[in-house]
Amino acid sequence: MWRRCLLTGMLVWLAATPASAFVAYVSNEKGNTVTVIDTNSWTVTKTIKVGQRPRGIEFSRDGKFVMVAVGDDDTIQVIDTKTQEIVDTLPSGPDPELFTQDAAGKTMYVANENDNTVTVIDLEKRARLGDIQVGVEPEGMTISPDGKILINTSETTNMAHFIDTTTRQIVANVLVDSRPRFAQFKRDGSELWVSSEIGGTVSIIDPVKREVTGKITFDIPGLRNEAIQPVGIGMTKDGKTAFVALGPANRVAVVDGTTHKVLKYLLVGQRVWHMDFTPDEKYLMVTNGVSNDVSVIDVASQKVIKTIQVGELPWGITIAQP
Amino acid sequence: MSSTTVTPERSGFSVSEYIVCLNGIVWREALRFLHQRERFVSALVRPLVWLFIFAAGFRQVLGISIIPPYETYILYEVYIAPGLMAMIQLFNGMQSSLSMVYDREMGNMRTLLVSPLPRGYLLFCKLLAGTAVSLLQVYAFLLIAWFWDITPPTIGYLTVLPALVLSGLMLGALGMLISASIKQLENFAGVMNFVIFPMFFASSALYPLWRVQEGSPMLYYVCQCNPFTHAVELIRFALYGKMNWVSLAVVGGCTVVFMIGAILAYDPSRGLVRRGPGGGEA
Repeated sequence: MWRRCLLTGMLVWLAATPASAFVAYVSNEKGNTVTVIDTNSWTVTKTIKVGQRPRGIEFSRDGKFVMVAVGDDDTIQVIDTKTQEIVDTLPSGPDPELFTQDAAGKTMYVANENDNTVTVIDLEKRARLGDIQVGVEPEGMTISPDGKILINTSETTNMAHFIDTTTRQIVANVLVDSRPRFAQFKRDGSELWVSSEIGGTVSIIDPVKREVTGKITFDIPGLRNEAIQPVGIGMTKDGKTAFVALGPANRVAVVDGTTHKVLKYLLVGQRVWHMDFTPDEKYLMVTNGVSNDVSVIDVASQKVIKTIQVGELPWGITIAQP
Repeated sequence: MSSTTVTPERSGFSVSEYIVCLNGIVWREALRFLHQRERFVSALVRPLVWLFIFAAGFRQVLGISIIPPYETYILYEVYIAPGLMAMIQLFNGMQSSLSMVYDREMGNMRTLLVSPLPRGYLLFCKLLAGTAVSLLQVYAFLLIAWFWDITPPTIGYLTVLPALVLSGLMLGALGMLISASIKQLENFAGVMNFVIFPMFFASSALYPLWRVQEGSPMLYYVCQCNPFTHAVELIRFALYGKMNWVSLAVVGGCTVVFMIGAILAYDPSRGLVRRGPGGGEA
């Protein structure tokens, strides 16, 4: 009898204990800091001083490090997640903004905004392997699920460049709407989504045909079209639901991943920029640059549940297991 | 055991007699409410007009901010929902009191007050009946608001109930106190305008107090002293499963004060209402 009670008690305790306890790292572009947030309590646990103008931020594939592009210092800083201190730097080109890694976490590709190049870095040796010439003001970076194609978007050239990861040569350019900021593949590789900040659209690109097959537009009653500026994109693993940050519209659009129809708009802070899911995909966190906070969206209910104050001008975010 | 015979025997009535009385008054109020469908509709239309038209127009103008009990940014219509819930209760409280003036003019009040039960108890029953009716209206409003994407946490629908009962009692007691000093139905309309609108507008129902303070520090203090502000805030916090202790104290205290005032006012030997020509009855 007592064993049953003990077992029941343990089950109740397990049920009451939050299953997910992740750590989010937020880069604060103007504060020159990285804010660490515990996703269990939704509180800031630490603020790490980093280099100047931190923007692109991502966990290493093994989860041991967080890498942050510090544009005005022309480098990528590496933060040890255990000590939460900067332990190393990586050799990018001038003004690194966004970067991506291959699936194995061995190679990193960095968009250098002021140099019109993408730098290739060997993460094991922490050495620069070379540069790829791309369009003007490169920003969005993503890699195809099979690892063969690297995508870079250039803000001024208004193109998504398809780069062969083996030859490191551009193999195709796809024209999209004005000021493409961010690119993301569906997990099955069937679609590539590219957000255009000034164009106010998200272009759906067929990665095989390498042409735009559709466009998602946004319309929020009471808001001027110019205020709707799509930037960050987050897509669930099953590809059924996508979230698009709409910048100064202060909204995140919820989009049906299959039909590409906008389902609803969620009110968040001012100038919503980038986002990341918790690994269990229960929550999505978005950075609100002007209001200096991060909003938490419950993915299942599609509701904003909390907003947490962080540093000055939060830009990028990455979440992983501590 | 003396403890088993406390109140009823002291006043000479059993608990069941008190319950019969309560039941009779509440049932009469409910029947009156159900038979006046236009009253129910108008009670709902008023806040819905504010919600659908006023809030839509002011959505961009008033901006957004995070204030307790909210944990993230909210749309303006979400902000004013608790204020509109309190508005329903404010109008209902006044309307319920209006019905007392009507009852007095029609002579129905005599039937109520001729009861041998304590006058205070009779008035309290009347207040409870009015509050119960306001609860129906508020929950009907919340149901419609849910389709307008005003979706507080599920538990909030339950936790807001005690807050609604208390604020309903306070506003009803206030209406009763006012109605005691009204001799004719016609006068009541004027008092309604002098009470309802200032109370509603000089409160946190439509604008957060920090914004009122930015515009006029004087008005801010007026709003702080307005018991309706605290009724709104009590409802607002309770709707999100939280407690605003200051508002609870203010609303609770005001309820007691207004209730005592109303009982005294309705006491023919001591209060404002006197027998005699032109003085109404009771």
